[in-house]
Amino acid sequence: MTDKNSGLGRRQFLGGAGVAGVAAAATLAPVAPANAQAPAAAPSPPPAGYTFFQPQEALFIEAAVDHMVPKDELTPSGTDIGIATYIDRALSGGWGKGDRLYLRGPWPRGTANQGYQLPLTPAALYRAAIGGANEHCRKTFGQTFDRCSAAQKETFLQELSGGKITLAGGLPGRAFFGMLYQNVMEGMFADPIYGGNRDKIAWKMIGFPGVAANNAENIKKYNDGRRFAANPVGIADMS
Amino acid sequence: MATKLPPVDIVIIGMGWTGGILAKELGPTGLKIVVLERGAPRSPQNDFAVPYIRDELRFAQRNDMMMDVSQDTYTIRNNPSETALPMRRLGSFLPGEGVGGAGAHWNGVTWRWPDHELRIRSKYEERYGKNYIPADMQLQDWGVSGPELEPYYDRFEYVAGISGKAGNLKGQIQKEGNPFEDPRAREYPLPPLLQNHAGQIFWKAAKDLGYHPFIRPTANASQPYTNPDGMKIGQCQYCGFCERFGCEANAKGSPNITVIPVALRNPNVELRTYAWVTKVLKDSTGKKATGVLYVNVLTGEEIEQPADLVIIAAYQLSNVHLMLVSGIGKPYDPATQSGVVGKNYAYQAGAGVTLFFEDKSFNPFIATGGWGTSLDDFHTNWNFDRAAHGGIGGAYITVGGSNGRPIAYRPVPGGTPQWGSEWKRAVAKWYHSAVSISASASVMPNRVNYLDLDPTYTNRFGQPLMRMTFDFRENEHKLVKHAAGIIGGIGKAMKPTRMGTPTPRLSWSVVPYQSTHNTGGAVMGIDPNTSALNQHCQSWDLSNVFVTGASAFPHNSGYNPTGPVGALAYRMADAIREKYLKRPGLLI
Repeated sequence: MTDKNSGLGRRQFLGGAGVAGVAAAATLAPVAPANAQAPAAAPSPPPAGYTFFQPQEALFIEAAVDHMVPKDELTPSGTDIGIATYIDRALSGGWGKGDRLYLRGPWPRGTANQGYQLPLTPAALYRAAIGGANEHCRKTFGQTFDRCSAAQKETFLQELSGGKITLAGGLPGRAFFGMLYQNVMEGMFADPIYGGNRDKIAWKMIGFPGVAANNAENIKKYNDGRRFAANPVGIADMS
Repeated sequence: MATKLPPVDIVIIGMGWTGGILAKELGPTGLKIVVLERGAPRSPQNDFAVPYIRDELRFAQRNDMMMDVSQDTYTIRNNPSETALPMRRLGSFLPGEGVGGAGAHWNGVTWRWPDHELRIRSKYEERYGKNYIPADMQLQDWGVSGPELEPYYDRFEYVAGISGKAGNLKGQIQKEGNPFEDPRAREYPLPPLLQNHAGQIFWKAAKDLGYHPFIRPTANASQPYTNPDGMKIGQCQYCGFCERFGCEANAKGSPNITVIPVALRNPNVELRTYAWVTKVLKDSTGKKATGVLYVNVLTGEEIEQPADLVIIAAYQLSNVHLMLVSGIGKPYDPATQSGVVGKNYAYQAGAGVTLFFEDKSFNPFIATGGWGTSLDDFHTNWNFDRAAHGGIGGAYITVGGSNGRPIAYRPVPGGTPQWGSEWKRAVAKWYHSAVSISASASVMPNRVNYLDLDPTYTNRFGQPLMRMTFDFRENEHKLVKHAAGIIGGIGKAMKPTRMGTPTPRLSWSVVPYQSTHNTGGAVMGIDPNTSALNQHCQSWDLSNVFVTGASAFPHNSGYNPTGPVGALAYRMADAIREKYLKRPGLLI
């Protein structure tokens, strides 16, 4: 991720990938509907470095979020809008350590209706599952997930989400995918104060006006099928 | 050894809607009242301040205002043959914690449950015959009638500042209200909320089909309002941060801005927060409560608070748990269908469908909690002939839309990929243009839907967790399949660009949020063999214990529960003040 700032970051060093990310923001096309304000042309860069992910894990998570949220005419890549940063901060914070999660045993597998039943905090699940995912990809595709082709990544994620993969140690792949997917959505759409949704890019993409919402007048004006548009406001803008 | 405090007259467990109502109503007796709340104190000006409160991740995803299940939770299973496992994360329902309870973060929908719900067994037997009620359905009357409850519904509506339109004023059907409601003595305190464009389209389609749409009554104030206690409620700003949040505009009728501050003006009412009651204590005869045991969760100290009268006013599930761990009333046994505590646990069933309108924008973020256009033709309408589909109860149907918060609200048509550019394009395209029709359906009591203590898992104090055994049974399947057909028909009549398949919920999962409308387990009634509480919600076994809340409901309707929860609390307060305190003992 530091490649954007330093020119030769950990991504190239570890993965040998080509220079990525530098131009991503600059190529962002105006996306908003005609009656909305134009989005910021270039998102500010995510902060360099991770608090939870080890280098190999960072490669996995960046590849995963960039596959699920690719750079296109709507947004820069998932990593460039801060989704990997968001997940990293969530995992090293209280949520990742098991806040509001009942962790006493015993631990039978249970039915789908009984929900999450693993004895793992989110951070522990990510740690074990990313290792297992790379091991699965090496066996299946001959390389770690981040080096897989787009088609291989798609196959892996589809199978993970469809419950077809059991990861090393018997971890149910779907439990990991469910958490990863939810976290990707949070990193994309949560308030930017958490490190994702950089420059409110996802809010601009859909036309969500954010948190400054006194609509007692708007409800009278926009109740006939017309679209209400406003430049989104986040918590930091009001603080 | 617990520290024993000097006795007080009344202990109230829990400071939400009903604890607040009881404290406020009993305060003027001059008796010494202590309210014990296991969660934190809350002040609307700080805890509900903007921009802090408008954080979808913190409050709606991470459930900052709700029960912390790392400390205490429930075990769940669908059938007695399964092993119940803990609800490790909140999902299906969201009990509150802290001052205001779930009343601080509710949406506000407030109904009057009609006479035919309160006298359900009598009414169905009268109309459809005794054999119409299945043998495994423990259907029973509540011991209170619609006309008896009317003045108490009225009190709650005027205190909470409900916005709505009467449908039946003293027997006169009112245009644009719910024509199927029971007669009411007067209008709602506030006019209904404004209707959005989705509601208008739904309204017209429903009218064309011969149904009777109306704007749903709710505690989101359509205008500034001063309630009978002089408490000021602001005007709703349609901000889209209502359910799961506190209201920064003081526009949501919550106990935090109504009954609780009024109660606490009284110097003989004392609120102790972080005071987690673990047990109601009994004397050697087992016929009388002597007070409660609680833990100050800031210090870990265990404290005994003696009291002459104990009012259990926590969340529905916590009420039943406290009765089970304290030995108040005989636990229910599904094998013999004997015992009363834990029986008739119910939830809410439903069906839903999403419509997409290519050329319209519904601005989903301009919205408020209980907002919606509803119809009751298949629910409170007693003339709706249930025999045609064989069910008991019904479903009310709504086009609502309480928010457009995008971590959770991103409707896309079926067949859309879960990720990638195509997914993003679909999210961007349909975010403004989706409408959901939902049906909220009754759940009737069933022999094997019940609550008891789990044999394996424990809470932070080493107490057994409560075990929930529940699924939607045959009756619910009939109701939701029927409702799915109705909403499909309305959906088509709304002429969307695309429409999904109306989907009934057939099995209960703890994972996705459905509703916090858990009911039963300590039900009211007129027979101590079939109910834990009498018609004043007083324990049959310990006459100095009263229990508020939806735990008293012998069945669940499709309606949201807070209307009767509030009304029964006011009625209980009257019974305690006018009867019990004059002559303590079992009220008949």
